[in-house]
Order: sequence, then structure tokens, then C-alpha cells
Amino acid sequence: MAMIADDNRGLRLAARYAVLVLIAVIFVFPLVFMVMSSLKPTQQLLEDSGNLRAFLPVGDISLSNYFAAFQRAPVASFVFNSVLVTGVTVILSLLVCSAAGFAFVFVHWKGRELFLSILLATLIVPFETIAIPLLLMVANLPWLGPEGVTWGWLNSYRVQIVPFIADALTIFLFVQYFKDLPGELIEAARVEGASWFQIYRRIVMPLSGPILATAAILKFLVMYNQYLWPLMVTQEEGYRPVMVGLQYFFQLNVAWGEVMAYLSLITVPVLAFYLYLQKAFIASIASTGVKG
Amino acid sequence: MKMFTFAASAAILGWTSAAEAQQTLTMWYHGAGNEVESKIINEVISDFNASQSDWKVELQSFPQAAYNDSVVAGALAGNLPDILDVDGPVMPNWAWAGYLQPLKIDESKIASFLPGTKGVWNGQLYSIGLWDAAVALVTRQSTLDELGLRKPTLEQPWTRDEFMDALAKAKAAGKWDYALDLGMAWTGEWYPYAFSPFLQSFGGDIVDRSTYKTAEGALNGEAAMAFGEWWQSLFKDGYAQATQDPADRDGGFAAGKYAFSWNGNWAALGALAAFEDTVFLPAPDFGKGPKIGAASWQFGVSASSKHPEGAAAFIEFALQDKYLAAFSNGIGLIPATPTAAEMVDNYKAGGPLSVFVDYSARTSLVRPVTPGYVVQAKVFEKALADIANGADVAATLDAAVDEINADIEKNGGYGH
Repeated sequence: MAMIADDNRGLRLAARYAVLVLIAVIFVFPLVFMVMSSLKPTQQLLEDSGNLRAFLPVGDISLSNYFAAFQRAPVASFVFNSVLVTGVTVILSLLVCSAAGFAFVFVHWKGRELFLSILLATLIVPFETIAIPLLLMVANLPWLGPEGVTWGWLNSYRVQIVPFIADALTIFLFVQYFKDLPGELIEAARVEGASWFQIYRRIVMPLSGPILATAAILKFLVMYNQYLWPLMVTQEEGYRPVMVGLQYFFQLNVAWGEVMAYLSLITVPVLAFYLYLQKAFIASIASTGVKG
Repeated sequence: MKMFTFAASAAILGWTSAAEAQQTLTMWYHGAGNEVESKIINEVISDFNASQSDWKVELQSFPQAAYNDSVVAGALAGNLPDILDVDGPVMPNWAWAGYLQPLKIDESKIASFLPGTKGVWNGQLYSIGLWDAAVALVTRQSTLDELGLRKPTLEQPWTRDEFMDALAKAKAAGKWDYALDLGMAWTGEWYPYAFSPFLQSFGGDIVDRSTYKTAEGALNGEAAMAFGEWWQSLFKDGYAQATQDPADRDGGFAAGKYAFSWNGNWAALGALAAFEDTVFLPAPDFGKGPKIGAASWQFGVSASSKHPEGAAAFIEFALQDKYLAAFSNGIGLIPATPTAAEMVDNYKAGGPLSVFVDYSARTSLVRPVTPGYVVQAKVFEKALADIANGADVAATLDAAVDEINADIEKNGGYGH
């Protein structure tokens, strides 16, 4: 009897691993294809693309596509710009949106339900519909810098950061998460005389690890993949991010090996960020120990 | 010591005022990511800046695929440079939209330029190109011999029957995956650029060029219907593929997958490298003479430029034969003048690509010169893709005409 149960368990385990391996293959193979292709000359890459060799480091393997990519475009500058813009936006977004979510959930003020409804309604407005009005606005905004007051934000980092700090989706995520936090904690803190800022900083935020990680990942992906907006507002090469930079590789005869090398390079920050936050995500769940 | 201080101050002041005397002109160019093109345009700018003391051109390069959108965004934001480059068929739209102003240069200097390089709209020159592109039917002499086909010439191009006979023989030979590579993988501007000349050779057009106020009759008349049926038959009868892997477009002819390839002169050297006996044949004549597209990238002056005379001076400077030849050597396109062509090994008389100069000069037709072209091109592309995939020809062309006419009406006739 025990042997049959062991056999069943073994079969179930094998089936489970088979499914997991299949899913892993589906998700990992495009990345493997990209990296392997980046090591091959374009002609070989195209020939291999129809068979299993596409996933193997075989044939004429070298790093020449990477050198060529750096020669064709200022890759380091594009990656730096994207990481800077994305990083600053994610940090500011987490601060602003979590504070907004806190105000919507814990602070009782007149009209908050209506305001939240209006805010959530903006979720259905695609960015493309507001891109042109936003462009006209940022092209005429003032800025106080070392050279005094200047007009127009085009060709700057701030024009790629400021419009994306606050967004309805991130605020909504925080609102939903905060609603599930135990209200007794907040009430107890209020009774003890804590200010709203102290409650936000010392009680709510330490309990918000999972949502911070989730919101950061979502925001990071949106910002890192930005194309239309930076294309519209960065006429100077020095401010362009990675996705606009990708277009440098699409000439009349596309050098696919270089495209794959560039894609491999710009994927590194995304993977690194994801892996880092995945750890933080698990750690934050383990450390909170809060039951709703 | 005092003397030295005075001299140093005078030198610094002199240098400063000389630097201030050079007025900066900004320029946008579509060549980012193309190392060769970027190098040449930077050389032209550097030579111009050193050649005089009034103007200093500063360049911002954009990737070609994102260039037009960047210019439109720049125009909306009121942030256009002094000098722009513009794709020939898009020029009327930018002129009409107020992005460009007429180009004031000595027109005697462009008298010998290929017709497709001159951007003229509403009777005024708006832009001028340093090169043009041309398309040919690429094949091998050995293929012609094997299939028993005569080699067509500009004087005696293939007729429709001869062309179809060539495709039928190639298909029957069973040696190639497809008889004809049309480049269906190159979506976008390739469709109107490469395929509307077939329609024009049938006697139709994307829009009625006599008024530019309707596509009725031009895109759905008898000639256009005949073109549409013929176009569909290429795919239905298995001569060409309606959807193509981009890799096959880039390397299919060299890999021996196609007997014939409809391709541009920018790909010609690659074809010659693959097969020594590659030949570039003129377009077939479907009734109204052989036709190919014309007009490539050109230089113009933005409407918001405060220094149009400086911008025009730069453009005039760039029109020298040595730069035309340098661009041709670098990117493989046809130099705009016969004298520059003689400076380029590929295009000089007897050169491997010299036929393209004749094709461009004698069979090229610019795409419809109207601001509405940017919309019409997309409508035309969709119609051709649909027909290739089996859509009803008459209904598709009628729908395309309706869409083009509605756009013309919506825009008040685009100033025609």
C-alpha cells in the first residue's frame, strides 16, 4: 500500500517537473536564442534560425557583433540614460504614489471617493491620446537651473521623468494593498499621538514590501520600454534611451547579429533588477508576518 | 609684461569675436546608426564650417525609422532646426503643413540633377537631393540563358506577356522556391515606391494627378483593375509569396531561392558579390512604358529658420560633385549629376551599376506630389497587401479610393 502511494507521489512529482520544465523552456528559450544569435554572423544566424542550432553556441562564434554594436551606436549612453530615467522615476513614483494611496485609504477628507473614481477613470485613457497636448505643455514649461530661468523642457532628463512619476495604476495598487492592512495598527498609532507622516513612514511603509516590489517592477518595465515619448522629446542623442537607440540598428539591410547583441546588452539591467526585486519580494513577505 | 598682457587680451578678444561672428545653424539628419553616411555628412559639415566665417552647422542625427515622427513632434513643439532632410515623397506634406519654406538656391546649379532629386511643390523648389535611388529586375545572365529568354533593354523592355512568360518558365524549371522576389517583407514605403510604378505602367495611378482631388478612376478604373487582377495572379499562380520572411528578402536571391528579384540599387553590390553574372533589367512595360519610382532623401530649410540664407548656403555647398560622389561611394546610391556619376566607379560609363543611371533618368516617375501622399501611401500599401492575400480586387480598390477621397476632403483638398 505504502509502495503504491510512493509510486503515485513519484509520478505526480515527475509530471509536475515536466510541466515546470516545459514552462521554463518556453520562457527561457527566447532569451537563449537572443544570446546565441548575438554571437553569430548574420548569415549564419539566418540559416540557423529554422532549426535547433539557433539555441546552441555552434559555428562561427565570436563577440564581433557586440563590438560592432558599440561602433554603430552610443550603446553605453543609451543604457545609462534609460537606467537613470527609469531608476529616478521608479523611486519618485513609489514615494508619491504610496503617499497618495495612503491619503486615499487612511486620511479621511471630503471628496476622496469622488477624486479616487476620477483618478481611476484615467486608467482607460491611453497615453497616445495625451501625448501631443503633453508635448505642447512641456515644450513651454519654465525651469530654474544654474543658468537662471529657461523655457521648455525638451532634450532633458526631467522631461522623461516628471510626467510619469504619478500614475493611476500605481496609486490604485497601493490603495488596494493598504485597504488590507489591519486598521487597528493605524488607530493605535493615532491614539499614541503619531502624526500621519510618522504612521506612513514607520508603520505602513515597513509593511508594504510586497507592493513596493510589485509596483517597482511594473513601473520599471513601463519606463525602460518607453519609446514614443522619448522619441518626441529628445532630439539630442545624449538624452536618448535604449528603445529609441534600437532604431539605430534598423538600416536598409539589417545586421541581425548586431540587433541581437544590442538586445542582449539592454536586457541585462532588466534581468538584474527583476532578480534583485524577486529576492526583496520574497524577503519582504517573510519578514512582515502580518495577518489581515 | 604689460605688452604681453595686452597682446594676450587682444588675441582672446579677437578669437571670441571671430567665434561669435559664426552664426550657428542646426541641422537634423536621418543617418544615425549608419556609420558611413554619418562620416560623410560630418565631413561635408566640417568642410562647410571651415570654408567661410558666417555660418557654423551643428548636426543632430536620428535613426531613419524614427526620423519622420521626430520631425513632426519637433514641429508641434516649435523646435525645428534650420536645415532638415526630408524623404522626397513626404516633402509636399511638410511644405503644406508649414514645416518647410521654399529653398532659395541658384537653380542653375541643379540644372543637370536627376529629375527625382528635385523636390518641387506648387511650382516652387523646396528640397534637393544629392542622390536618387532606382529599382531593377535583378537576375542572372545564366538564368536568362537557361530559360531561353532575351535580355530586355530600355529601348526594348519586356512586355507584360514576355515578363509573365519568364515567370512561368522559371516556375516550371522547379529550380527556385519562387520565380519572383517582390520584397513583400519590406512593408511601409517600399510598397508605393516599388509597386505603384507597375500600376502606372498599366495606366492607373494612386491618385488623379491632373487635380490631386480624387483617386476615382485612377485607382479603381479599368487600368487599375487590370493591374489589380495581374497583381493578385502573381500570388495566386504561385510566382511570388504574399508574406515573406525578412531574411529571405535580405538573402534569398543570393541563396538561390528566387529566379528574379525586384530590388533597389542599394542592394545591387550584394547581388553582384553573390553572382558575378548578375544583371539588372529595366522594368517591364505593361502598356504605358516601363516605370520605376524616384525621389530619395533631400535637404530643405525649415519654415521656422531665422537664417534661411545660411541654410541655403550650406545646401548649395553640399551639392558639389565631390560630395555627391562620396555619398554614392559610401551608400551605393546614384549620384545626382552625370559629372558626379563619372567620378564613381560603380556608376561611370561601363560601371557595373551604370544602368541604374539610365533607368533613373529615363523611366523614373516621382510618387504623387501632394501633401495627401503620406496617407495615400498607407492606403495603397494596405490595398496591395489585401489583394495579394486574396481580397476581391474591385471591392478593395473601391474601398481604397473612398478612403483616399475622404482624407482629401477632410483636409480641404490639401491646397490643390
